[in-house]
Amino acid sequence: MSLSIKDDEIDIVIGALRPDLTSFMNEWRTIFSRFHLIIVKDPDLKEELKIPEGLNLDVYKKPDIDRVVGTSTSTIFSGYSCRYFGYLVSRKKYIISVDDDCYPAKDNKGILVDAVAQHITNLTTPATPFFFNTLYDPFTEGADFVRGYPFSLRSGVQCALSCGLWLNLADYDAPTQALKPEERNSRYVDAVLTVPARTLMPISGINIAFNREVIGPALLPSLRLGGEGKFRWETMEDIWSGMCVKVVCDHLGLGVKTGMPYVWRNDRGDAIASLRKEWEGVKLMEEVVPFFQSVRLSREATTTEDCVAEVANVVKEQLGSKDPMFARAAKAMVDWVKLWKSVGSSTSSPGA
Amino acid sequence: MADPATISPSTLLKDELDIVIPTIRNLDFLEMWRPFFQPYHLIIVQDGDPSKAIKVPEGFDYELYNRNDINRILGPKASCISFKDSACRCFGYMVSKKKYIYTIDDDCFVAKDPSGKDINALEQHIKNLLSPSTPFFFNTLYDPYRAGADFVRGYPFSLREGVPTAVSHGLWLNIPDYDAPTQLVKPLERNTRYVDAVMTIPKGTLFPMCGMNLAFDRELIGPAMYFGLMGDGQPIGRYDDMWAGWCTKVICDHLGWGVKTGLPYIWHSKASNPFVNLRKEYKGIYWQEELIPFFQSVTLPKDCTSVQKCYIEIANQVKAKLGKVDDYFNKLADAMVTWIEAWDELNPSGASKSSDLPNGPSK
Repeated sequence: MSLSIKDDEIDIVIGALRPDLTSFMNEWRTIFSRFHLIIVKDPDLKEELKIPEGLNLDVYKKPDIDRVVGTSTSTIFSGYSCRYFGYLVSRKKYIISVDDDCYPAKDNKGILVDAVAQHITNLTTPATPFFFNTLYDPFTEGADFVRGYPFSLRSGVQCALSCGLWLNLADYDAPTQALKPEERNSRYVDAVLTVPARTLMPISGINIAFNREVIGPALLPSLRLGGEGKFRWETMEDIWSGMCVKVVCDHLGLGVKTGMPYVWRNDRGDAIASLRKEWEGVKLMEEVVPFFQSVRLSREATTTEDCVAEVANVVKEQLGSKDPMFARAAKAMVDWVKLWKSVGSSTSSPGA
Repeated sequence: MADPATISPSTLLKDELDIVIPTIRNLDFLEMWRPFFQPYHLIIVQDGDPSKAIKVPEGFDYELYNRNDINRILGPKASCISFKDSACRCFGYMVSKKKYIYTIDDDCFVAKDPSGKDINALEQHIKNLLSPSTPFFFNTLYDPYRAGADFVRGYPFSLREGVPTAVSHGLWLNIPDYDAPTQLVKPLERNTRYVDAVMTIPKGTLFPMCGMNLAFDRELIGPAMYFGLMGDGQPIGRYDDMWAGWCTKVICDHLGWGVKTGLPYIWHSKASNPFVNLRKEYKGIYWQEELIPFFQSVTLPKDCTSVQKCYIEIANQVKAKLGKVDDYFNKLADAMVTWIEAWDELNPSGASKSSDLPNGPSK
């Protein structure tokens, strides 16, 4: 029941943390080929990117990033955060973003999952954050609102963010994966559901899509762990960003969905080796979660930019003194809003 | 004695769980459930004409209550138990002496999972109730305590112990639990989607609780499971479980317990008449527009430390705030208080532990 979306309203943004994207692109080709791709190379990656022919794409490397935002600012796009540069320079309405170690998954019937189509369906059908529907997404084929669901809430709200999941290597933290080295996620849960208003969750950056026009500035690179590394186990940047996004969406009355589509995430990295680095992130969450649960934005914050600026302020006031990492994150959020206003909203076309 | 081949881990709880079934017709459906239900004690609540004899299939251990029994046991307080509506089932919760309750409708049968295997719904409910809930932060891989799943990156370790689970809300394949308007618009829609997930409904979020396939920890939350005044002589029907669900969720949120939804599925075979349903639900459809904001804004004071105290407080607020919507809510608020009085009479504190009491009548 989604509106007909034109392919040219969509950008697919891929952060390249590894140089050889040949098999990645070839596996995704049938799904990606209709769309424009933005590939952003991790500025720390030294090797040349290898990308197969035949796709409609723009590649941004360190020199391009430097040119657009300046050499001092380009450091914020290091590692997994390079994808945010793609969000910044895109001019499309919808963005779909997957990590470069993820491949198309198969559903329970063995059919290849078109993750792009599912994300777009999620974003273009309403979300229902104010009351839980026990049959999950009421707008999907074969389902509906159940008895007892208030009629006034059945039109739903606009969905701003679609969070997908992962088969095989699930997005576990290093301690969990180290404890269960053989565990792989083989459970395909055939559902999409709206995350209720004021409920927070860890929003993983591995497989997401969003309405850039509505929520763009709220996906931001700001929290950087001291020991942040090149495996997801060694980062919290997306979790932090996701908390901000959810708080902003709740305040603005926008919806966030979770569930399908699944991607197949390849084995990569050594959880035990990452343990040392990620303890920092694990400890941080003890502060971060209660903090975001308590954030309340003012009535005057009516745009996404305003909301992000307010969150940044509260971060600075309440968390800044606890750890310099938070003070830096708050500043990064303020800088991001400025950057978004100057680069992200302008009508100039991105460099080649 | 159960055949050793059919003993499953869940029969370990066979002395701690009662199955409550409201019925007005017959209990033929129990034949299909026999392999899963036979080890357990049943409480049958017979609605409608008490002179009709309800035949219970051979081999089940049960107690049966009809309207005469309800009147005899509760006296004047019997007014809080609905007549000619499956809401009467909550009488079964009140007279049970077990820790857990599973309630199921008599048109619900054993479903099959995608591999074709029969689903032991009771076993799944028990697993749900015996493992913690996680209402304070949503886990994107759903129930982290299930085999093959865990907490995702970013989930604080301090929240990974979870809280006790008070309610396990199961779902239905085939005839979905739609309201009358939806049934009228989509009479042929069948739920064929098996969603392989159990999840905790987050704190602060309300949901429509269906009583067709429901289990709960009676010792924890029993007094909140009052199914209201419905049916004969009442202006509304088909909102009994909804009412209990909203009260229960508010109280669980206040006392720090969890409510799970998702698996298990049962096979719901009978679609009730949508025109009859519409007449029953009609007022509810309007009233729920007031009821939802009411329940979303209920706050319980800190000194409401027991379920009964919480429930009485909600009853007072119902009277104060919903009495003006319709006089029905004044009567309902009174009935809620009567229910708690009756509950406490039948379940004096200290006697609610079930382990010492033998099972009911012999087979």
